[in-house]
Amino acid sequence: MSAPDAVAPQFQAGDAVRVRFADPPGHIRTPWYIRGQAGVIERLCGTYGNPEELAFNRPGTPRQPLYRVRFRQSQVWPDYRGAATDTVDIEIFQHWLEPGDT
Amino acid sequence: MGGLPAGPVEPSEHDYAHWEKRVDALMVLLSAPERRLLRVDELRRNIESLRPDAYDAMSYYERWIAAITRVLLERGVITSDELGRRIEAVKAREVKA
Repeated sequence: MSAPDAVAPQFQAGDAVRVRFADPPGHIRTPWYIRGQAGVIERLCGTYGNPEELAFNRPGTPRQPLYRVRFRQSQVWPDYRGAATDTVDIEIFQHWLEPGDT
Repeated sequence: MGGLPAGPVEPSEHDYAHWEKRVDALMVLLSAPERRLLRVDELRRNIESLRPDAYDAMSYYERWIAAITRVLLERGVITSDELGRRIEAVKAREVKA
């Protein structure tokens, strides 16, 4: 049996997630400052070729679900001075996410 | 950039130089589906692989053309030798003009 072309979505809107804290070599689209942070799935954006593979002219399969994940600014930036309700949305591929604490 | 301290954002529009428009056109033509000699992900990887001092010294489209060049070398679309010779020829032409 050949490998599937796309990975099935594992999360849905409202799910608590945590971004993996990892530092693999290569072309990584997950911003450094958000690695290890806890957030909530805002939406599934779709399923796309993996940019970590596409960056080296490979097919980018299996395609990965991409989510918009919402984080609290005050959690992301220790010295954040804005409103406690301020958030930042970041688009992150599923293979960078793990289930979070609810 | 990457969460590092930076100066204020300059929001004003500006005119693009002719060479900048040509770099943009080159990117569009190379990445067109019927050609696909370059993917935006390859462009980004090469821009982010620039040495920090080079990244800071280059303008936006200078980073693009530096990255496009690297992708075309990696893919074997052009060779270092033919690119080097062509650059020398253009330099010589500019000196004469």
